[in-house]
Amino acid sequence: MAQIDIRAVRKSYGKTQTLHGVDLIFPTGEFVVILGPSGCGKSTLLRMIAGLEEITAGEIAIGGTVVNKLEPRERGCAMVFQNYALYPHMSVADNIGYALKVSGVPKAERRRRVEETAAIVGLTDYLDRRPAALSGGQRQRVAMGRAMIREPKVFLFDEPLSNLDAKLRVSMRAEIRKLHQRLNATSVFVTHDQVEAMTLADRLVVMNKGRVEQVGQPLDIYHRPASTFVAAFIGSPAMNLIDSRVEGGAVRLGSAVIPLAPAFAGLEGRTVTVGIRPEQVRLAAPGTGLVAIADFVEELGAGRVVHAVMEGQPFAAAIGAEVRIAPGQPIAFDLPAEHLHLFDRETGRRIEIDGEPAQSRAAAATLAPALS
Amino acid sequence: MEKRSVFKSTWLPILFAAPQLLLILLFFYWPVTAVLNWAFTLEPPFGGAAEFVGLDNFKEVFNDQLYWHSVMISIIFAICGPLTAIFIGLVLALAVDRELPGSGFFRFLYILPFAVAGPAGGMAFRFILSPERGLAAMLNEIQPDLWNPAKYGSHALAFVIIIFIWKWAGYTFIFLLAGLQSVPRSLIEAAAMDGSGPIRRAIDIQVPLLAPTLFFLLVTMMTEGFVGSDTFGMVHATTRGGPNHATELMVYRIVDEAFQGLNYSGASAQSLVLIGLIMIFTFIQFRFVERRVHYK
Amino acid sequence: MIQRTPFANALTYAIMVIGFLLLIGPFLVVIAGASQTMQQVNAVPFRFVPGDQFLANATAAWTRGDLGHAMINSLIMTLMITFGKVALSACTAFAIVFFRSPLKHLFFWTVFITLMLPLEVRVVPTYAVAADMFTPFRLLIQFFTGIELKIEWNLLNSYAGLTLPLIATATGTFLYRQFFMTLPDELAEAARMDGSGPVRFFFDMLLPLSRTNILALTTIMFVYGWNQYLWPLLMVTDPSYQTVMMKLRMLLPPEDGGTPDWNVTLAGSLLIMLPPVLVVAVLQRWFVRGLVSSEK
Repeated sequence: MAQIDIRAVRKSYGKTQTLHGVDLIFPTGEFVVILGPSGCGKSTLLRMIAGLEEITAGEIAIGGTVVNKLEPRERGCAMVFQNYALYPHMSVADNIGYALKVSGVPKAERRRRVEETAAIVGLTDYLDRRPAALSGGQRQRVAMGRAMIREPKVFLFDEPLSNLDAKLRVSMRAEIRKLHQRLNATSVFVTHDQVEAMTLADRLVVMNKGRVEQVGQPLDIYHRPASTFVAAFIGSPAMNLIDSRVEGGAVRLGSAVIPLAPAFAGLEGRTVTVGIRPEQVRLAAPGTGLVAIADFVEELGAGRVVHAVMEGQPFAAAIGAEVRIAPGQPIAFDLPAEHLHLFDRETGRRIEIDGEPAQSRAAAATLAPALS
Repeated sequence: MEKRSVFKSTWLPILFAAPQLLLILLFFYWPVTAVLNWAFTLEPPFGGAAEFVGLDNFKEVFNDQLYWHSVMISIIFAICGPLTAIFIGLVLALAVDRELPGSGFFRFLYILPFAVAGPAGGMAFRFILSPERGLAAMLNEIQPDLWNPAKYGSHALAFVIIIFIWKWAGYTFIFLLAGLQSVPRSLIEAAAMDGSGPIRRAIDIQVPLLAPTLFFLLVTMMTEGFVGSDTFGMVHATTRGGPNHATELMVYRIVDEAFQGLNYSGASAQSLVLIGLIMIFTFIQFRFVERRVHYK
Repeated sequence: MIQRTPFANALTYAIMVIGFLLLIGPFLVVIAGASQTMQQVNAVPFRFVPGDQFLANATAAWTRGDLGHAMINSLIMTLMITFGKVALSACTAFAIVFFRSPLKHLFFWTVFITLMLPLEVRVVPTYAVAADMFTPFRLLIQFFTGIELKIEWNLLNSYAGLTLPLIATATGTFLYRQFFMTLPDELAEAARMDGSGPVRFFFDMLLPLSRTNILALTTIMFVYGWNQYLWPLLMVTDPSYQTVMMKLRMLLPPEDGGTPDWNVTLAGSLLIMLPPVLVVAVLQRWFVRGLVSSEK
C-alpha cells in the first residue's frame, strides 16, 4: 500500500515536450483513472510511474520513496498491458508465476501461489494452456493474475479493456473493481473511454495535451467541468458550447436571454462560452426560449438526440422517444438556468465565483416563467 | 492462401509464366534428371554410349576413403561455421536491439561483409591471416608454426571456417534483428515489470521467441555450408582443397572431380547424396515452419 | 528502453565495438594494405594506418588483371541477371497469384522446388546442357520421331551462357508472390469494375505498386550476380569474357621468390569487392527488406 506523489513531472523526446509539468497525488488504496484523448500523455505518465519511461524532469515518489532512478522491478508496481503482453511461449501457470521465478521463490511455494491466484481470477482449469489457446477475456485474466501474484503496492492498468468486445468490457470492468476492493492496492488506470472512467474511478484525472485539466470525483467533474475541454470530453452526447457575451447582467444565446446571478456582475462585457448538456435541455413551447432548426435526429431506442443548428452553431438536445421531430422544423428549447456552465472564452477555464454556479437557484426560479 | 478475386484466362497465365518456366525446365529440371541418369550409368565424358551400372558409381564413391574424409570435414565445416555465425549474429542483434545512440551506425556496417563475394573475402583473409604478418605473426613468434594454414590441414580448415563466419555473421544478424524487432516491446516491458534484468530477459523471453528464426537460419546456413556457391568460391580462391585434401569440402570435391577428374558419373553420384541431404534439411525446415504459427 | 544502467550500456557498446572489429576490421586491414608501399605492407608488425599509394597500387592491379575489361563483363552479366530476374519473376508471380487456372499449382511447385537445389549440386549436367543446348530437344525429337538431328548450339563464352542458367531460380518469384498476396482482393476487383483487363492491371497497378519490391530484388540480384564465381569459371574459356571474380587469382603476388606485392593484390581485391558493397551500403533499407521477406 503506497501513496504516489507526482511532482512537476515533465517528459520530452528531443525537442518536443509531451508532458508539461504534472503535479498529482494518488492517496493509498485509491482507484485513480487517468482519462484523456489519445496523445494526451496519459500512457506516458503511467509508464513513468512504472519505470518504463525515463522522467525528464520532476520526481515521482511511491510510498514516500523517490523512484526516478529505480528500475521497474525495484518499484513494487505491477502492470496490466493494453495487449496483455503475455509470454506466448509459456503456459498460463508459467506466465503468472514468472515474476516469482525471477525473484527466486522456491518451486513448491510458487506453485501454491500460482494456484491461489488462478483461483481468484478463475483460471484454475487453464493453467497448462498457452495464451494462444485462450479467449480475449481469459487472456485478460492471465494478465491480471500475473500482476496480482506479486502483491504489488501499486497496480497499473494501461487501457487494459480496449481490446475486448463491448459486453466483455462491462463484465471485466466489474471484476477489476471487485479485485481492487479485495486487494486494496493503489491503482492507476489509464483509458480514453469515459464510461470506463466514470464507473471505475474513486478519483478521476482528466488530461489534455500533456497537462492535467481537472482532478476530482467523477460526478464532481461531470457536474462542474473545470474547462471547456473537460466539458466537451465528458458526457455523451457532448455538452453544447456556445460563444456569447455578458451584457446587462445576462448572456444571450440566440433568441434566449438568460440573466446571471448578481455575483457575476463583475463579468459585464466579457466574452464567455456558455455550456449546457444536451440531456438537460428541455423542449419549450413554440416561439419561446432558444429557437433552432432541426438538422437530423439520432434514434437511440430509449430516447433520441436532436441535432439542430442555432445561428450557424450546432446545438444538441436529448429528448424523449415520444416526440416526433422532422428535419428542417424549428424547435424551441428551454435552457434550465441552474444547469448552465460559464467558461472564459480566452482561457477556456470555468468561471466560478465562491463556488456558486453561474446561475443561482433563486435567480433560476424567478427566470423560469420568463423563458417558458 | 488464395486470392478471392482473380482473372479468368487460360492462355494468359501460360504466356506470363512461360519464359521463366522454360528456363527452369532447361537449366534446372533437365540437369537434375541428368544427374539421376548419370549417377546410375557410366559414360565417357562428351559422347559415347552410356551403360547402366546400377549402384556401382555409389559403391565406388563410398569405397573412397577421401570421400568419407570430405564428408567429415564438410560436417565439421557446416556445423562450426553456421553455429558461430549465428551466435555472433545473435549477440550483435541483442546489443543493437537495445537501440542505444549510435547503434544504427553499427547496424549499417554489420551487413557489409555479406556483400563481399566469398572468393574476394578469401583473398583478403589470405593476407590478413597469413602466417608471416599481423596477428598470426605474433602468434608464430611465441612458437613457430602455431598458425600455418598452408602447412597444417586443421589450420586450413579453421581458416575457411573463419571466412565463412566473417561473411555470414552479418546475414544472420539481419534476420535475428528483424526477429527481435518483431517481438512486441510490451513483452519486454512486462518482463521488466516482473523483475527480470536485461540478460535474463534475453534468455527467458527474446531468444525463445526467436526460435523459429534461429532454426530457419540454422537450416539455411548449414545448406550454405554444404552446397553454397560462396563456400565453393572460398575454398577455390584460397586453399584449393589443400593442404593434402584437408579443406576438400563435398561441394568442392564434386566440381573438382567433374571438371578436373572428368568423372561425371562419380560427381553425379556425389551430387545425388548431397541432394538427398538438402532434401532432409528442407523437410525438417518445413516441419518446423508449420510449428512457427503456433505462438501467434 | 528500460534498464539503461551504465553497466548494461557499457556492455552493449563493448559488444558492438567487438562486432565492429570482427566484421569491419578486415575491410580496414585491406584498405590500409591497399594503400601502402610494398615495403610497408610486408612489414612486421603490420601497420593499420593507410598510406598514400592506393592509386598507384590500384593502377598496377588494374593492368595486371586487365580489370577494365573484366569490370565491363561483370557489369553486363550482373545487369542481365538482375534485369532478367526482376522482369521474369514478376510475370511468373502474376501468373501464379492472379489467375484461377488448373496449371497454377503446377507452376507454383515447378518454381518452388528450384529453391531447394542450388546450382552447385547440379552444376555438372547444367554445364553439359549449356555446352550443348539442343540435347533435350534432340532427344525428345528422337524419341518421338526417330530422327537423329545433328544441330549443335553451345552457350560457352557468351553472355547468354553466363546469365540464363542463373536466372532459372525462384527467389524473385517468391518475393513478388509474397507481396502480391498482401494486396487486398478489392484492388483487382476495383480494377475489373473500372474495365481493366489483366494485362493492363499488371502494368498499371501491380508494377507501380511493386516499386519497393523491385528495388529490393534489384539490390539482392546485383550482389548475387556480381559475386558469381563458379559458373563463369566453367562457362568462360575465352579471356575476353572473363569476369572480375575470375581475375582474383591472377592478382595474387607472382610466386617468383621476390617480395610479394600484396599491396597490389589488396588494391585489386578492394576494387572487385567494392560495387556490391556500395550497392548494399547505399540501398541497405531495400536490400535488408528484400532479404528478410524473400526468405520467409
